[in-house]
Amino acid sequence: MKTTAKLWIGIGILALLSPLGLILPERFKAGDAWGEWGVNTFKEIFGYVPAGLRKLSNLWSAPFSDYALNGQQDKGLCQLSLGYIASAVIGILVTVCAVMLLGRFLSKGKPGEKR
Amino acid sequence: MHIPDGYLGPVTSALTYALMLPIWSAASRIVKKTLKARQVPLLAIGAAFSFVIMMFNIPIPGGTTGHATGAALAGILLGPWAACIAVTIALVVQALLFGDGGITAIGANCFNMAFVETFAGYFIYKLISGSSAITSGRRVFAAGIAGYIAINAAALSTAVMFGIQPILHRTADGQPLYCPYGLNVSIPAMLGEHLLVFGWVEALVTALVVKYLQKQDSSLLESVKEPKR
Repeated sequence: MKTTAKLWIGIGILALLSPLGLILPERFKAGDAWGEWGVNTFKEIFGYVPAGLRKLSNLWSAPFSDYALNGQQDKGLCQLSLGYIASAVIGILVTVCAVMLLGRFLSKGKPGEKR
Repeated sequence: MHIPDGYLGPVTSALTYALMLPIWSAASRIVKKTLKARQVPLLAIGAAFSFVIMMFNIPIPGGTTGHATGAALAGILLGPWAACIAVTIALVVQALLFGDGGITAIGANCFNMAFVETFAGYFIYKLISGSSAITSGRRVFAAGIAGYIAINAAALSTAVMFGIQPILHRTADGQPLYCPYGLNVSIPAMLGEHLLVFGWVEALVTALVVKYLQKQDSSLLESVKEPKR
């Protein structure tokens, strides 16, 4: 098998294992990364939310916020894990498509393309 | 390390976008010259790996989490310019689709992870590897050290961006407008956790993949040629 094929399989395995990145923090009651608190958590920690932060924090609502599928944000860990895997797959596919498109454009029509 | 919307004021957001524009444009120009069609899949693998490895949040004492980024590894495998593009794409997808990292902070997050970390990773790996054989143990060691230092460089740069906000932006009555922590808090917090935990995770990930490729197909480790300008 070509090495790139093996690497793709490796990435597939990582996608399947990705819920570890959800379950472990849950297990040890760890919240967001430092400096990545949401507005609500911010209020709990500091008692207030800086005005600018509050204004900008809702600028964008991502379709799969927190790597969860729509409406799934409040479901149990099992559901969330499935959503997390689905998010990994979606994210990988979109990333790969974007790179392929850009790569095709960047590697196009060059002399000496075949070595 | 993904700065969300609202933590950086307009000055830092604009400045980091302004810094990244020439870097992205140089990266496209250089990659356009050096990228061969058959290398595109490797670019995609680098971006996909970086995307998925960042989903592995690791809890640490103190109730926070962090993760490896794969950016140093991308720098080593793809060369810094191509890696900059690969990691940028992963970060943009994370921000747009998953709300991981802010829209106004894409410039900042790309500066830290797609520029600082990929370039640091690449150059430290080159420096320590020297002229050793492509399959030598020294290169595995070099990859580990590169991962460790590079992610810490990115963490420091992120911490500085957080920490200058209370200096730059305050309301009339002195309340911080954006990130409320100064450098005296943000640097120890960000650098501490990366020096103690996440740096080692990045080192391990980077070294293991290089070790695997040495055994499997060492030609992939030689694919980076110095770009001819």
